[in-house]
Amino acid sequence: MWQRYKTLFIALIVGAVLLLMSARIVPETHQAVVIRTGEPVYTINQFDPAEAYGETGAGLRFVIPFIDRVQMVDRRILDLDMEGETVLSRDQQRLEVNAYARYRIFDPVLFVQRAGSEAQLQNQLQPILTSELRQELGRRTFASLLTPERGNAMIRIRDTLDEEARTYGAQVLDVRIKRADLPEGTPLAAAFNRMRSDREEEAATIRAGGFRDAQIIRAEASAEAARIFAEAFNQDPAFYDFFRAMQSYEQTFVNGEAESSIIMSPDNEYLRQFQRGGR
Amino acid sequence: MRTFGGFFERFGLAMAGKRNPWGKPSGGGSGDDGADGGDGDGSSGGPRNPWLPGGGKGAGKGRRSANIEDIFKNRGPEGPRRTGGGGSGGPNFRIPQRPGGGSWFPVVMVAIAGIWILVTSIHFIQPREQAVVTWLGGEYSRTLDPGTEWTAPWPIQTVDIENVSEIRRETIGDGSENLILTSDQSLVDLSYVVRWNIKDLVQFKYELADPTETVQEVAESAMRAAVAETELDAVLSGSGREQVQARVRSRMQTILDAYEAGINIQGVEIARTEAPEQVIEAFNDVLAARQDRERSLNEARRYEQQLLASAQGGAAEFNEIYEQYRLAPEVTRQRLYYETMERVLANTDMTVVEPDGVTPYLPLPEVQRRTRSNTTQGPTMTVTPNEGRQQQGGQ
Repeated sequence: MWQRYKTLFIALIVGAVLLLMSARIVPETHQAVVIRTGEPVYTINQFDPAEAYGETGAGLRFVIPFIDRVQMVDRRILDLDMEGETVLSRDQQRLEVNAYARYRIFDPVLFVQRAGSEAQLQNQLQPILTSELRQELGRRTFASLLTPERGNAMIRIRDTLDEEARTYGAQVLDVRIKRADLPEGTPLAAAFNRMRSDREEEAATIRAGGFRDAQIIRAEASAEAARIFAEAFNQDPAFYDFFRAMQSYEQTFVNGEAESSIIMSPDNEYLRQFQRGGR
Repeated sequence: MRTFGGFFERFGLAMAGKRNPWGKPSGGGSGDDGADGGDGDGSSGGPRNPWLPGGGKGAGKGRRSANIEDIFKNRGPEGPRRTGGGGSGGPNFRIPQRPGGGSWFPVVMVAIAGIWILVTSIHFIQPREQAVVTWLGGEYSRTLDPGTEWTAPWPIQTVDIENVSEIRRETIGDGSENLILTSDQSLVDLSYVVRWNIKDLVQFKYELADPTETVQEVAESAMRAAVAETELDAVLSGSGREQVQARVRSRMQTILDAYEAGINIQGVEIARTEAPEQVIEAFNDVLAARQDRERSLNEARRYEQQLLASAQGGAAEFNEIYEQYRLAPEVTRQRLYYETMERVLANTDMTVVEPDGVTPYLPLPEVQRRTRSNTTQGPTMTVTPNEGRQQQGGQ
């Protein structure tokens, strides 16, 4: 049996090996560029937003063994990260900015020809992103970097970066500032000092306001007390004079701390009866 | 990655560390290596496995030794343990020959293939899960919803199960100080939690290179933008917190939808808002100042109450006496006068001086000294009971 079908068996095995060598599985997450003798000839599963998954051309595909080389290119949205860069705003304030860009390779052939790999593309785009960011934010005041106006700056940076990325077959979808911080050292310390003095001022204002309000309460109380007294005493000022004098004597002589001596003339009003001798 | 389907994993977990009395059931090819052939056929050590002869797997092992025997059989005309002739009717201590004298090999292959197909084709998708099915790990085929689902066996179709309802959490700024600039160019130390889940499994799988990192970066960007639009006090006091959270959430959702990330932002919760460590003292001093203000006001109010009460008391006293005075002015006046004088003069040293012809020499220190010893036995005079009230009125 082996002798009879030997040729067939060998042919089958060789055929299977060739088939396996030519078979490529392209996942949905990747697009494949088929490079025939150094020249990109066609693509598999190229990005097209109109195609639904399952109809994109991903899956099992065959290429010519030994002659075709397949390079996989990511089809998903990729991340281009920018390290912290110090940006000088128009009013000479420094700001430490961290930004990211999201991009997608939509033309893998162009990408393979111009950039080669994702890492290389990032190396190309990173300096552009940094310089664009610096330029665009440098036109704005520090305060405006904190406002929604920042959004416009981001759109312009994205457009510029996109233009650049398109020459590599990539599309920049979005550029965003991840963090915008005051740089360590003087700017940060200055901000802290300002915050501190703000609070100190607030604390002082609150305390002073408290004293003022307390004083007002006291003054109003005094006024009210005076009114109460006046209302009562005004009924008969003459009697009040007498009544108050009596109270005053008592306060001074009886309740007073000091020992007191009174030297009285005999014709004092108090001694009137005493002098007259009961007449 | 759960490319073999949930069944394998669950089975493997259940059996881990235990010896399986049936041998390795569906090991996917690794089960019928030579290593467990020894105790698989039950003759060498350990109790004989009662299920062995019947099962597809046991048959395979039995057949392996029979195969070796066959080789011996074919070596020469007289094998050492040969009982019958011509190869028909094998040795009676081994697995009986298949009826019809065929090989066991195809039967075993079919059985393995059958188990293989069964195990890798049926998938139990749990209620909170979904799965994407791909052809050969490449082309997307369909999405499996919860329930029992059938696919083509692995590796023709691979199944990737993902929990889509599970709320995932990204905590940002936890542990270390996370300073964010506010609209009044102050800094606030903020930490927050983003809760999200998968909205569209296919997009989630195929659109973003790193969904989790994307969520984090988008969250940072959105949070910083939202805080940059809010004043420090609003963030700190919590009055603006609700607004910031809502803004971050909607902004994140917009951005992620633009990326077609297939991610649903459930919520953004600010966990911590504090003044930066470097200036926290000044912030605390503001709180202390508020307390101080309250204290000043309280003291003032206390003074107010005292003053008014005493004024009312004084006025009332006057009114009472005045009432009596009006009824009998002269008498009351005289009475008050004498009563007061009594009290005053009883407590003081009194010297009556004739106006004329007296030397105006006053030995005052001596007088005082004398008084001190005398007043105790001096003329006693009753003190009127309304002394306390007079003290009050005198203020």
